[in-house]
Amino acid sequence: MSEWPLLSVVTFVPAFGALIILFMSDSDETSRRNIRNVTLFVTLLNFVLSLGIWWSFDNSVAGFQMVEKVPWIGNFMSYHLGVDGISMLFIILTTFLMPFCILASWDSVQDRVREYMVAFLILETTMIGVFCALDLVMFYIFFEAGLIPMFLIIGVWGGKRRVYASFKFFLYTLLGSVLMLLAMMAMYWHAGTTDIVELLNHSFPASMQTWLWLAFFASFAVKMPMWPVHTWLPDAHVEAPTAGSVVLAAILLKMGGYGFLRFSLPMFPLASADFAPLVFTLSVVAIIYTSLVALAQTDIKKLIAYSSVAHMGFVTMGIFAANVYGIEGAIYQMLSHGLVSGALFLCVGVVYDRMHTREIAAYGGLVNRMPHYAVVFMVFTMANVGLPGTSGFVGEFLTLLGIFQVNTWVALFAATGVVLSAAYALWLYRRVIFGTLDKESLKSILDLNTREKAILYPLVVLVIFFGVYPAPIFDVMSASVDQLINNYQAAIEAGSQTAEAVMEKQG
Amino acid sequence: MYQLIVFLPLAGFLAAGLFPKSLGVKGSEYITTGFLIISAILSWIAFFTHAFSGAEVQQIDVLRWINSGSLDINWSFRIDTLTVVMLVVVNTVSSLVHVYSIGYMHHDPHRPRFFAYLSLFTFAMLMLVTSDNLLQMFFGWEGVGLASYLLIGFWYKKPSANAAAIKAFIVNRVGDFGFILGIFGVYVLFNSIELSTIFANAADFRHVEEGAAAAEAPETVLNFLGYHLDRTDALTVVCLLLFMGAMGKSAQFLLHTWLPDAMEGPTPVSALIHAATMVTAGVFLVARMSPLYEYAPTALVIVTIFGAVTAFFAATVGLVQNDIKRVIAYSTCSQLGYMFVALGVGAYGAAIFHLFTHAFFKALLFLGAGAVIHAVSDEQDMRRMGGLRRHIPITYWMMIIGTVALTGLGIPGTYIGTAGFFSKDAIIESAFAATNPAATMAFTMLVVAALFTSFYSWRLIFMTFHGKPRASAEVMSHVHESPNVMLVPLYILAAGALVVGVIFYGSFLGHDTQGHHEGWYNAFWRTALFAGPGNEILDKFHYVPLWVKWSPFVMMAIGFFTAYVFYIRNPRLPKQLAASQPVLYAFLLNKWYFDEIYDFLFVRPTKRIAKFLWIRGDGWLIDGFGPDGVSARVLDMTNRVVKLQSGYIYHYAFAMLIGVAALITWAMFGGI
Repeated sequence: MSEWPLLSVVTFVPAFGALIILFMSDSDETSRRNIRNVTLFVTLLNFVLSLGIWWSFDNSVAGFQMVEKVPWIGNFMSYHLGVDGISMLFIILTTFLMPFCILASWDSVQDRVREYMVAFLILETTMIGVFCALDLVMFYIFFEAGLIPMFLIIGVWGGKRRVYASFKFFLYTLLGSVLMLLAMMAMYWHAGTTDIVELLNHSFPASMQTWLWLAFFASFAVKMPMWPVHTWLPDAHVEAPTAGSVVLAAILLKMGGYGFLRFSLPMFPLASADFAPLVFTLSVVAIIYTSLVALAQTDIKKLIAYSSVAHMGFVTMGIFAANVYGIEGAIYQMLSHGLVSGALFLCVGVVYDRMHTREIAAYGGLVNRMPHYAVVFMVFTMANVGLPGTSGFVGEFLTLLGIFQVNTWVALFAATGVVLSAAYALWLYRRVIFGTLDKESLKSILDLNTREKAILYPLVVLVIFFGVYPAPIFDVMSASVDQLINNYQAAIEAGSQTAEAVMEKQG
Repeated sequence: MYQLIVFLPLAGFLAAGLFPKSLGVKGSEYITTGFLIISAILSWIAFFTHAFSGAEVQQIDVLRWINSGSLDINWSFRIDTLTVVMLVVVNTVSSLVHVYSIGYMHHDPHRPRFFAYLSLFTFAMLMLVTSDNLLQMFFGWEGVGLASYLLIGFWYKKPSANAAAIKAFIVNRVGDFGFILGIFGVYVLFNSIELSTIFANAADFRHVEEGAAAAEAPETVLNFLGYHLDRTDALTVVCLLLFMGAMGKSAQFLLHTWLPDAMEGPTPVSALIHAATMVTAGVFLVARMSPLYEYAPTALVIVTIFGAVTAFFAATVGLVQNDIKRVIAYSTCSQLGYMFVALGVGAYGAAIFHLFTHAFFKALLFLGAGAVIHAVSDEQDMRRMGGLRRHIPITYWMMIIGTVALTGLGIPGTYIGTAGFFSKDAIIESAFAATNPAATMAFTMLVVAALFTSFYSWRLIFMTFHGKPRASAEVMSHVHESPNVMLVPLYILAAGALVVGVIFYGSFLGHDTQGHHEGWYNAFWRTALFAGPGNEILDKFHYVPLWVKWSPFVMMAIGFFTAYVFYIRNPRLPKQLAASQPVLYAFLLNKWYFDEIYDFLFVRPTKRIAKFLWIRGDGWLIDGFGPDGVSARVLDMTNRVVKLQSGYIYHYAFAMLIGVAALITWAMFGGI
């Protein structure tokens, strides 16, 4: 089993599937159905394969596992993959959600089915690649390559303002990435390697850390997205097709948080400590500001998009609290948000497919005709609000606990998110679901069909399961997170000692 | 056994919630109700075997929950006397409400959903009271909030019900905001949120005497909002944060506004959630954390003040309300204030005793009111009732029993009296005997509130059952006594309202020195409640002067006679009085204008700011100067550059000439 390059397989199976589909015709309905079936099969297969990663994963090992390393371009870089407790679950999340995305696009995408599926499969490869790449260059390639299929998905299969949204998305994220590329070059010139494992053990001088941190921050903050570079997200979400929104919210946003954990915190610990107050400020602003903005929305998707920004505020805050609660909470929050926000967008997709509008005002009283839908939507709304017993609570609680030990002011302001999230989420629910059904257009709306139940019910079960029994997740990540924090603390200590030594010399 | 007690309601919820179709309406009703009755019987068994046997505190682990770093939280139960008392209260009332609802809701097409919610609520409440750590308590806390939200908004077609449901959830969340910060504070202080660990270490926070404190500089244990707090102050802050949670859940002054609106829900819900159980969760929390509060005297003073103000405030508003359920709701709010005063002066036993008795007679009153509403075709306004005594005599007598229990009828100095007589008077006497700086004020306000309580309770009875019928002849012709399925729960609650006081007074509030040691409350509570070394309230309140014991009785009598004069002898009097005091009347009728003030202070500004941030912040500032602005500038630039390409030779020649001139100039002056 250990000889079997499982990570490579999981990464490239979707790309291989895309290659097959590329040679299929989509001229008539039968062939289109074939394409859908093949895609679904590929994503399901990949999910099963990825479970093999979890199965053979050793919880007690803090470092990277299942490492595959092959020299590539001379001694400049190598093909290097591996997972640790931080990245492994993101891979599972990705492979888990992809079949749902395909199912969600089953009926709603009718033109250019082949290209659509190819784009999704390529996207899956790049996303998995990001989480298991252990070489700077590979990471960068995957990180950037993912933009292209997403750009196309929004730009081709999106809504009315899709071109504006896709360009905004592309330019925002690319701009940040350019700075990251420069920083990566600087790192190579200084450390003489692009290998992430070696870079993790390399200590950069304090002054250099500042610049490198800022460059990476520019890229990750946009991806996250953090306030004030978040405005691409609502537009992208609103215009993207349902499955696009799901991937965007559930996985692409997590790359920012993952980047902070993989690069910023361990490689530039001194700068991270210095800039933590900045991150806290931006996070708190994000939580309060975007929650308020969410309250004013008239578009369902936009409201959920803004609530995503607010939730990501908890993540960034937790990561830079740099203690075990903050970081584990942040990872948990990201995973949970992947499920919950993905599910919420799927829920919106359900009614969008029927009514072709996302205006909140166009709905009301859906519970009368769609009781199953109302229940499912209620569960996810509550998970979004962070009700204990749903997965949304665990991350929120731990990040807040982490930050409380660092700075009570930040905790105080961030905790107001508890009240605000309840306000916007319940208000949305009331306007869409509750009330009398008196809009003529809604009188014949149908409840969930079997396909939609197959998509949403498993998510309901998982959201509650991981709210009640999150232990498997914590078991996976605890060793790696402990190591991360120990190294971080050691680096900070060493840094302050050198600073003292310098002071003494001068004195 | 405890697992069964807690998880049977969950099983009922899942059964009725997941398979309403295959179980059918009857099936859902019987399964949820049956499970609840079993739970209730087991709770009574647990109550007698645990509380009266001197058993040790028991801890039962169920499942791992959150393990992160040194934080180790499990789903587990803590069984002590306080837990079993709460089990009895919750399950008894809940099972009776289940039974009652079979009759009350029989017109409703959504009964499986209703019973599922009721069982879900019960499960969450049981998780709350059995919790062994603060986080599981928070789970139950939010869980009951969710169930309350769902049940208030049960009739989802009514906009007012939806609004009330959201209001209840959000106001509660404001309290939870404090609660969760309090949990973090506890974790910082004790490095654990498990109750046993907290209680074991609470004594470290005892206020050090001045002399000893001077010797060593106070050590900072909590850095809160820039203040470096020493042990006592830190504990005070934590206790106040937790109290904020209690205020939200128990509808204390400032966070009370959701409770009257919650009456939009079906009446059995009001009886179960908004009278007997959920709203007492705050009282339970403070009593549960008594080992902490005992070492935070400042926090206790504030608890006392809030309790007294709530008791008084809610009673004044209750005087003039016309909706039968709202009168009882304000009465609940007021009685909760009594309980908090008891907590504040350190009489935890009295608080829980009142919680216990109150559950019986308040549930009785609500279910009785439900029977009235049921009888008069869903009318809730007492101005359109009257004269119902002869038509529904059983309900009438049940309501009378509830009222005498609430107003505390009994003969002071003896052991003859209704449930409220024992528990409420114990609180008033404790407030008198207490050394707490706010105690005198609290005592005065509670005595006055007792007068109001008596007045509004009897007003309710007189307006509803006496006098001439004010309902239309059509409604009156339909008035009927409720079916047995609704009356039997009333009988049981009425029996409780009459006798639980005299039966359990000795156990709950008995003062015995036997086996006394530090942390020992009395033979019944043992270590479930905690009285600090200086807290002798349990002893002292037995020996207050006789006039103190008589004062609530006198107040009750005055209230009764005033109501009698106002609503039986001279029914025009209330109108005249209202007309002569228009400002005061409007002030009370509009509930001290809290809703309007909050709307002005919080709701509307929030909406305005939200709109502003979206349009101006995101739209104008960030996008305008960010991506949209940049792309617009790029377009402008390129347009201008395009204009330069005019195609005329002399334009290019002219530009070149200027360039050459500039170069030469630079070479001449700059180059030298």
